Amino acid sequence: MKEILDQKHLTITLKRLCKQLIENHNDFNNTVILGLQPRGIYFADNIVSYLTQMLPNINIQYGTLDATFYRDDLMQRKTPIIAKETNLNFSLENKNIVLIDDVLYTGRTIRAALDAITDYGRPAKVELMVLINRRFKRQLPISPDYVGKQVDSITSQKVKVIWGENDLENKVLLIDK
Amino acid sequence: MKSSLSTKHLLGIRYISKNDINLIFQTAKSFKNILQRPVKQVPSLKSLTIANLFFENSTRTRISFELAEKRLGASTVNFSASSSSTKKGETLLDTVNNILSMKVDMIVIRHSSPGVPQFLSENISANIINAGDGTHEHPTQALLDAFSMQEALNSKLEGKNIAIIGDITHSRVAMSNIMCLKKLGANIKLCGPPTLLPKNIEKMGVEVNFNVEETLEWCDVANVLRIQLERQGGQKGEKTSYFPSLKEYAETFGINKKMLDKLGNKIVLMHPGPINRGVELTSDAADSEHSIILNQVENGVAIRMAVLYLLAGNEAFSETKI
Repeated sequence: MKEILDQKHLTITLKRLCKQLIENHNDFNNTVILGLQPRGIYFADNIVSYLTQMLPNINIQYGTLDATFYRDDLMQRKTPIIAKETNLNFSLENKNIVLIDDVLYTGRTIRAALDAITDYGRPAKVELMVLINRRFKRQLPISPDYVGKQVDSITSQKVKVIWGENDLENKVLLIDK
Repeated sequence: MKSSLSTKHLLGIRYISKNDINLIFQTAKSFKNILQRPVKQVPSLKSLTIANLFFENSTRTRISFELAEKRLGASTVNFSASSSSTKKGETLLDTVNNILSMKVDMIVIRHSSPGVPQFLSENISANIINAGDGTHEHPTQALLDAFSMQEALNSKLEGKNIAIIGDITHSRVAMSNIMCLKKLGANIKLCGPPTLLPKNIEKMGVEVNFNVEETLEWCDVANVLRIQLERQGGQKGEKTSYFPSLKEYAETFGINKKMLDKLGNKIVLMHPGPINRGVELTSDAADSEHSIILNQVENGVAIRMAVLYLLAGNEAFSETKI
């Protein structure tokens, strides 16, 4: 087991990603932050909370998306995935969406999420932000726009992002199965 | 909570566990949200073909299943006995095997003979969903009823008082309802004429009361069942062998709005449809603020989507397909 990001570096990374977002989205006027269920929402929560600290006068539209029913592996899995809540109180029509997930690996979850998004409207643009980009073993032509950290790992390894009760316990681990 | 069903088929509530029921409810909740969207469809089952075999008439259940299938992206074929070769004397198993040889993955079946879904599940490989078999079971109706009760009471059903009023003997809905509600820990009281209550029904762990007003006063939810005119042995319902007349039934066991209004508590009124207006329920009761009859129909689609989705995602399903 190896610690890829400790609490200190994770905080620096989160702040850097927020600044990159501000650089591209200015006042977030037409931007929507979309946390992907189940694990992406914790990362998205953190991004939104840092953004709010950096831009106190700006109201950021933030929702969560569950793409379970858009997956293509229902009949290949041992058990079905239980869907979590999709919480979108606004239209995605013509919006600039920043889709946020914790780990990008095969790209299949993001594929499902892109399909789900189009059922809520036709966005002007969709960007992808991930905390960890596992570069190898991508199975679809999907690449992130904002990356916390690149990780070169093998299939038998697992990346685990831990969001603790308080920020001090946040960390990212690379686990050998 | 285990995230897959313990069964490959949905033949009846008696064969599934409390965990299965709660899993179906949890999944149905997600589908209910999907049904509120402008785009009411997801592609989960787009690789599947589902045959709806209705050997007995149905409006609600058939449309509900068909919508559930379409909203999961499945392809569907419909069959009704009145326009098929069963009229020419083809056996049930031959009919179903012929349909299956056209590469159908799941079968939703309604039949007037109890045990038909069970028989098919023993003889063919496709997944079977029972959409009502004679007086035996109607599992998806029981699931949507219990789901609607939870929603209306905004709580789990454990310890809640549920009354089932009307024709219990001929009702598959009653049987499935009793088993489902028992598994969820509710208290059940049955009410109806003694001729329409099965003998020794108390052995199922339910109480019996022959006074409809007392029963209403006791309950949190009243699920009023249809008098099944087609199973009473009479002509057009007026001459039946189980009670003297529809008028007398309506006067003794029928529920009207006045009775609901004078109760101490506000109760939830349900009916699986189709309603015999003026017999088991008057129109003012059926359309009152107590009634969640149309919510039941709405929830039916979400429950059936959940059942189809979870059966397709079951490990046993992939074993038979791949």
